[in-house]
Amino acid sequence: MSSISEKISLRRARFDFALRMGDNGLILSHRLSQWLGRAHAIEEDIALANIALDLLGQARLWLSLAGRIEGRGRGEDALAFFRGESDFRHFALAEQPNGDFARTIMRQFLFDARQLALLEKLGESADKEFAALAAKGAKETSYHIRHSAAWMRRLGCGTAESNRRLKEAAEELLRFCGGMFCEERGEELLARRGVIPSADILRAQWQSTVEQVFAESDLPPPDAKAIDSRPSFCGHTEHLGYILAEMQSLPRLHPQAKW
Amino acid sequence: MVNAREMDCADSVRGVLSGVADPEIPEISIVDLGIVRKVENARGGWRITVTPTYSGCPAFDVICGDIVSALNRAGYAPVEVVRALSPPWSSDWLSGKAKKTLLRLGISPPGPASEIKPVLFFNLPSPPCPRCGSPQTETTGQFGATACKSLHRCLSCREPFEHFKPI
Repeated sequence: MSSISEKISLRRARFDFALRMGDNGLILSHRLSQWLGRAHAIEEDIALANIALDLLGQARLWLSLAGRIEGRGRGEDALAFFRGESDFRHFALAEQPNGDFARTIMRQFLFDARQLALLEKLGESADKEFAALAAKGAKETSYHIRHSAAWMRRLGCGTAESNRRLKEAAEELLRFCGGMFCEERGEELLARRGVIPSADILRAQWQSTVEQVFAESDLPPPDAKAIDSRPSFCGHTEHLGYILAEMQSLPRLHPQAKW
Repeated sequence: MVNAREMDCADSVRGVLSGVADPEIPEISIVDLGIVRKVENARGGWRITVTPTYSGCPAFDVICGDIVSALNRAGYAPVEVVRALSPPWSSDWLSGKAKKTLLRLGISPPGPASEIKPVLFFNLPSPPCPRCGSPQTETTGQFGATACKSLHRCLSCREPFEHFKPI
């Protein structure tokens, strides 16, 4: 590969990766914000809102960075509000419906376990901009996983009913986890350059965290076969369109609006 | 090379900044909060480098605006506020004065952030009560009314209180 075309691929890969980070935060934050005023206790309402706010803040930083890498004048808002379904890069897991509280906690924990492993490694990235955002996010994510893992144990070791609901959530959501470890276009190049950790390393670390917390939560170990990594599970599900319709309708109706 | 006059000026700029309050805990200035990272004389004006406490801190834009208007009022212009993310803000950067103020306000101040790192999956110990000093307290919420705080209750005096999280 000539150096110019490699430079272009590298820029494209950095853009895609930053976009994926931003989209994960944006979509999961949107889901969590749907809990506002609905959680079973005020403390939990506040906790979910705080986690949503952290994820939204991180998403803004990543989307702004993606816009700067792309260099075509698209800022965070243009990327968040004026892209269609097929251009979103987040994991299918992030867009899954909130369901009951057990499902929301399971989704959060499965996401946090990968996110923390990723951000801690990304904090040492050869890419200084990625490293700065990751180091900041890692601190926040360590609070998120402390929250989600604590609830995993509490629900898993609570009543027969809470354990059953958590088990159902695992059955429903584990099949979307393979999508978190699909190496997307350009990611192999970034991993080779020491910009991001490889999907295999993340998967191994995620697996050991998940096995540990599942065991402590009185859940059967996650079935490797259930964690499907077929390409179809790397894409989006039918839920994304509804999220975007709700999230994007206002700025699309009033593109010049400021808030 | 920074000359003595510019140093004096930078000190007075810092002085003005110590009068800019954190919008969420107004008794603490942004300097005592540890978010003002650099004060420089640049291109005939002033460049202030600030770091956000949390990525999603909603007060950050307000703080940047407050910095510009406070300095302009004191006769410093133009003012440019730059956001720096690295190194990430730590509650260890809170000044001793800020920690005393927190305690006075009934908010338990953070312990050293470095001590929390190895215990990722376990609940952090609940801090002593800022009102009666009792170590017998419990955590009621790991997140509070602002990103930087958690919720607790004292088992001795029964008062609820907030804790400024170590991060």
